[in-house]
Amino acid sequence: MSATEPARAAMTASVRESLSASVPGTTDTAPGDDAGLLLPVPDEDGAPFWDHAARGELRVQSCSDCDELRFPPRPCCPHCQSFASHWRRMSGRGRIWSYVLPHPPLLPAYAALPGYNAIVVELAEAPRIRLVGNLVAAPDAPLNSVDPARLRIGAPVKVVFTALPGGVTVPRWLLERP
Amino acid sequence: MGATLKDATAIAGIGQTPFAKHLPESEKTLACRAIVAALDDAGIAPSEVDAFASYTMEETDEVEIAKAIGAGDVTHFSKVGYGGGGSCATVAHLAAAVATGQAGVGVAWRSRKRGSGPRPWKNTRVQLPTPGQWTRPFGLLRPADEIGLLARRYMHEYGATRDHLFNVALACRNRANQNPAAIMYERPLTREMYMTARWISEPLCLFDNCLETDGALACVVVSAERARDCRHRPVYVHSAAQGLPAQHHGMVNYWNDDPLTGPAWTAARHLWKGADLGPQDVDVAQIYDAFTPLIPLSLEGYGFCGRGEGAAFTEGGALEIGGRLPLNTGGGGLSEAYVHGFNLITEGVKQLRGTSTAQVPDATTCLVTAGEGVPTSALLLRS
Ligand SMILES: [Zn+2]
Repeated sequence: MSATEPARAAMTASVRESLSASVPGTTDTAPGDDAGLLLPVPDEDGAPFWDHAARGELRVQSCSDCDELRFPPRPCCPHCQSFASHWRRMSGRGRIWSYVLPHPPLLPAYAALPGYNAIVVELAEAPRIRLVGNLVAAPDAPLNSVDPARLRIGAPVKVVFTALPGGVTVPRWLLERP
Repeated sequence: MGATLKDATAIAGIGQTPFAKHLPESEKTLACRAIVAALDDAGIAPSEVDAFASYTMEETDEVEIAKAIGAGDVTHFSKVGYGGGGSCATVAHLAAAVATGQAGVGVAWRSRKRGSGPRPWKNTRVQLPTPGQWTRPFGLLRPADEIGLLARRYMHEYGATRDHLFNVALACRNRANQNPAAIMYERPLTREMYMTARWISEPLCLFDNCLETDGALACVVVSAERARDCRHRPVYVHSAAQGLPAQHHGMVNYWNDDPLTGPAWTAARHLWKGADLGPQDVDVAQIYDAFTPLIPLSLEGYGFCGRGEGAAFTEGGALEIGGRLPLNTGGGGLSEAYVHGFNLITEGVKQLRGTSTAQVPDATTCLVTAGEGVPTSALLLRS
């Protein structure tokens, strides 16, 4: 009926199959709150972001010649065409730029977290850099651990890092004023 | 003086299959049926077809189609990327080929079984590479979630409300209620149904989302001169454009410097530059409506109102028949069928032939747009 309204029955077989079919890197089948959530599959340009995240650092790619930040990472600076870049550490502070509350039909691991949020954070020192993430009550709390009523555009947030069972660390966000 | 596209070519034939949640035939069969119907509508033999254009997401290749319908030697073929952003560009590519003599008879088509087939977003293997690594792990999984983010921000910045989105859904549904071919024919929508519908990605509810549909459509592009000898009144391609804004990423305008001015703005600048007409001259519009918020964003982008005024534009029945800008008169993707926007092109042709089921009296100009939020395209058609 709609772009996003397949019967829930239709969600089950093929999706569960694809989730459990041990596709390397795409899913996490280890037990725990995050089991079944999609894991990032870094590409060559994005890998440093995830490496820094694993060390608890939020870093954004920066041109080594003109100093412009860019996201998502890519080989060439759109401002000066330099191919030299480095990863600049961010304060980890930002504000909620927008958010949604996805409802089923969803992949099973997300459907199991009713009321979870997906947010876009604009970074405090670079508001044009906007990262998709999740607002959580604590670094290891589930994606639906914040009452949706507390979500507000403009709310200040700070980054935390969560090591997922599959060995990948992702940034998540806490309200500055919980 | 260089070549110009302006009115050099015309859409001479249109064809379609039924639309349904499930059709038994394959995508290839449906594509052939729509194409053969479009050629018959034009009165042109399949052996005269020498150009094809479709979407990169189209599963039926031109080699298969050419063989199946009995095309002759083909001298131009083209595929356009980015899903629903490609619809109008297929016609634009054919128009350019015909106008410059690379081909004589072009066919564009879209065949799709999304009513009964799988949803692409479920295929995590395809979704996860760039830019999916930045979004999918956080549960931003579907187009509805991505457009929902833009919609929430748009509502926040400009005071748009769910009632504005309802105005869009209602206009499309009302037109579908007049169109026996529409999936939502004889299925009226009320404000209460809208306001109490289940969420899909809050702030978007069920009725903010297009229909998943099985079906196929096609149209035939020839020179303006040739079109005048065909069976129906020619519908001229007056102007055409594609739009991929600086720093744009498909579906995720929030990585642009200015996320609320999307690809529509880029396509519109080029479209109007190539036209003798402006937004004030448009009699009827077929605007890509995979999701209701794309309408106010597009109304702004194509210049029907100022920035931030797209939601208010929908008030007072502006999008209904008799309103300021009758919208998606076949019912659109929201209520006729969602076939990646191709039905918006054929409906534009019907309006300018005077044969729409929700005919705008004396319509002579129609804007047709492709997906907003992704690299897009648009056509300005005239009779
Ligand atoms: Zn630079």
